[in-house]
Amino acid sequence: MVQLVWLVPVLPLAGFLLTGLFRNYLSKSLTGIIGCGTILLAFVLSLLIFGEVRMAGFEPVTVTLFDFINVGNLDIPFAFQVDQLSVLFLLIITGVGFLIHLYSTAYMHEEEAPHFARYFSYLNLFVFSMLLLVLGSNFVILFIGWEGVGLCSYLLIGYWFKNMDYDKAAIKAFVMNRIGDLGFLIAIFLMINKFGSVDFGEVFAKAASGVAGAGGVAGGAAGGVSVGYLTAITMLLFVGATGKSAQIPLYTWLPDAMAGPTPVSALIHAATMVTAGIYMIARSHVLYSLTPVTQTVVAVIGLATALLAASIALKQNDIKKVLAYSTVSQLGYMFLGLGVGAYTGAVFHVMTHAFFKACLFLGAGSVIHAMGGEQDMRKMGGLSKYLPVTKITFLIATIAIAGIPPFSGFFSKDEILTAAFAKSPVYYVIGVFTALLTAFYMFRLYATTFRGGFRGTEEQAHHLHESPAAITIPLIVLAVLAVFAGFLGIPEVMAPNAHWLGQFLAPVFGDAGSGGVPGDAGAGAPELSHGTEWGLMAVSVVLALAGTFAAIGRFSKRPELGEPTGFGKVLANKWYVDELYNALFVRPLDLLARFLTFFDKHVIDWIVNGVGRLVQYGSRQLRLIQSGQVGGYVLLMVLGIVILFLVELFTGGGGGGAVAAPSTMGKLVH
Amino acid sequence: MPINYYIFLAVTLFCIGVAGVLTRRNAIIIFMCVELMLNAVNLLLVAFSKMQFHALGKVNPQAGIDAQLFVFFIMVVAAAEVSVGLAIIVMMYRNTHSIDVNFLNRLKH
Repeated sequence: MVQLVWLVPVLPLAGFLLTGLFRNYLSKSLTGIIGCGTILLAFVLSLLIFGEVRMAGFEPVTVTLFDFINVGNLDIPFAFQVDQLSVLFLLIITGVGFLIHLYSTAYMHEEEAPHFARYFSYLNLFVFSMLLLVLGSNFVILFIGWEGVGLCSYLLIGYWFKNMDYDKAAIKAFVMNRIGDLGFLIAIFLMINKFGSVDFGEVFAKAASGVAGAGGVAGGAAGGVSVGYLTAITMLLFVGATGKSAQIPLYTWLPDAMAGPTPVSALIHAATMVTAGIYMIARSHVLYSLTPVTQTVVAVIGLATALLAASIALKQNDIKKVLAYSTVSQLGYMFLGLGVGAYTGAVFHVMTHAFFKACLFLGAGSVIHAMGGEQDMRKMGGLSKYLPVTKITFLIATIAIAGIPPFSGFFSKDEILTAAFAKSPVYYVIGVFTALLTAFYMFRLYATTFRGGFRGTEEQAHHLHESPAAITIPLIVLAVLAVFAGFLGIPEVMAPNAHWLGQFLAPVFGDAGSGGVPGDAGAGAPELSHGTEWGLMAVSVVLALAGTFAAIGRFSKRPELGEPTGFGKVLANKWYVDELYNALFVRPLDLLARFLTFFDKHVIDWIVNGVGRLVQYGSRQLRLIQSGQVGGYVLLMVLGIVILFLVELFTGGGGGGAVAAPSTMGKLVH
Repeated sequence: MPINYYIFLAVTLFCIGVAGVLTRRNAIIIFMCVELMLNAVNLLLVAFSKMQFHALGKVNPQAGIDAQLFVFFIMVVAAAEVSVGLAIIVMMYRNTHSIDVNFLNRLKH
C-alpha cells in the first residue's frame, strides 16, 4: 500500500489536467465531480496508507520514482518519503481539501462553466503541489511543491483577474513569497555545497555527526560542519518559512490574499499552504535543534508576529481580514512552538488550526454568500436566526480558537504555551496575553456578526437564507473535528499516556518533539511540576474566558460602528506597516526604476540609435563616390596601386621574396 | 645595354597608358592605351627573360623561358580581348552615335 503513495499526488494532478484542459467542454456538475472525486480518492488512499503507518514497528519508507537530477556526485532522485509526519499532513491536506472542494461546488456556483473549471483546476493543482511538498524525500522536491503552492496561491488570489486590486494583491503575495524563496534556495545550495546531498536523512545525519565531530557548540571546522554554517542554513530556511507562512517581516501579503474566493482563503491561506513553513521546519528539526541561535530567532519572530497580528485583528472590520490576521497570529504560535522545541505541539496546532480555521473561513464564506458579497461586519449583525447551522459551527470554531477547553484549540495552544514557559516565562506571558487578545477579537467578530440586530439594507435582509447542504456539511464536519481533534493530544498531567499524537510522531521527532512536556522533556528544558502545569492551564483558560465575556458583553448590543480614533486608528491601519514598506522599499525601488528608465531611454537608446544614424550618414556620403564615371574608378584604382607600391617601398619590401640578384644580372649583355 | 633602360622604357610606356586611360574620353584611344600598358608589361617580361637567360643559361638552357611563354599568352589574350572590345565599341557607336565613355555612365540609372 505504501508503495502506491505516488497515486495520492497523481490523482489531483489528473484532476487538474482534466478540468484545466477541457474547461470549455465540461459542465459544472462534471467539473465538480472530477474536482472533488480525485481529492476524495486521494483522501481514501491516504487513510489506507495511514492505517499501515500507524501499525507498530513501521519503518519510514522512501519510494523512489525516477532519477530527477544526476550530475557528478550530486544525485537527487524524485522520491517520496512516507513516515508519520508526512502521513499526518497527507490526511490534513486531502481531508480538509476535500471538504473545501465540496464547499466550493456550491460557493462558486454563480461562475460561468469555463471559469468554474478553471477554479477547480487551480485548486487541484494546489493540492497536488502541497502533496508534493509534504511527500518529497529531499529538499529539492519539497522546493518544487513549495513553488507550486506559491503559484497556485497567486493564481487563486487573482482568480477574479478583472479587478485590478485583486491582481495587485496576487502580485504582492507572489513577490513576498519570492523573497522568502530566495532564502530557501540559498539554503539548499549551502546544503549541496557542504553535504553534497539534499536528502533529508543524509543531510540530518551528516549535520548531526558533523557537529558532534567538531566538538559540539564550540564549532571547530575540523572533520565536520561548524555550528555557524548550520545556523546560516537554518536561518535561510527560516527566511523561506517567513515568506510562505506569513511571519514578520514578510507577513503583509496574507491579509491582502483575502482577495481570492473564500474557500481559497480557507484551504490555502489558513489550513494548508501557510503551514508549509511549519512543516519544513518540523521536518528539519534535527538542524534546528543543533542551532540554538536560530531557535531563539524563530521563537521571538513567532511570538512577535502572534502579538502584532492579534493586535491588528482587534480593529479590523472586514470579516475575512480579521480571520486573516488571526491566521497570521496562530502561525506565530506555531513558530513559537517550533522555536522552543515543541515540534509535536506545533504540528498539533497545525492540525487543530486547520480544522477550526477552515471552519471559520467557510463559515465566513457562508455569511458572505448570504449577505450577497458583503464582507463588512458593521453591516451584519443578528445573523444567528437566519443562519442557524453557520452560527453554531462558527461559534464552535470560535471557542476552539479562543482556547477554551475541552475544544481542540485549547490543547494544542496549551501544549505550545507550556513548552514556552519551560523555555522562558517571558515567552509564556506574551503568549498568554496574545491568547487573551485572540479570544477577544474572535468573539468580537462573532458578536458583531451574529448577535444584536441586523444592520444591513432591506434588500439584504430579504435575501438572508441558510446556505445549501454542500456548504453546511463541510461546516458541520469541520466543527465536529474542531471539537474533538484536541483529544488526540491530551497532556500528560490530565491522563498519562493519552497524548496519542505525541506517541504517533515520536519516531519522527524523538524526544526533542515533546518540548516541555514532562516525562520526556526536550534537551535543556527544565521539567515542570504537575502543579505548575495545572496553574498555567488555569491562567490561560481564565484569560481566554475573560476575553470571551468582555467581547460578548461589549459588542453584542453596541458594536463599534464608527471610525476608530487614537491608538485604535493605528491598529485599524495595521501599524502602518504597509505604508512603512512602501516608503522603505517600494518607493526607492520605484525611483530607481524611474531613473533606469530615463537612463535607458536617453543614454542607451541614444547610443544605439546613434550608431545607426552614423552608419546611415556615412553611407550617404560614401554613395557619392559611386558616380558611374569610369575614369573616376580607374583613377582610384591607380591611386590604390600607387599607395600599395609606396607602402611596399617604405616598409622595406621584405616579404617580396625576390631572388637576390647576382651582380651579373644587372646587365643585358649582347 | 643595362636592364635599367628596358625598365625605364617599360615604365614610361605604362605611365603613358595609364595617363591615356585616365584622361581620354574616346573609347578607342582608351583601348589603345590599355594595349600600350599590356605591351609595356610584355616588354618588361621579355627583358627580364633575356636577363635570366644570360645569367643562368650555361647551367640551365631553359632559364627565363617561362617569361617568353607568358608574353605569347598575353598577346593571345589581348588579341581576343581586342576583338571583343572593338565589337562592343562598334555596337556602342551604333546605339549612341558616340564613342565617348562618359555616356556609359547612363548604366547607373
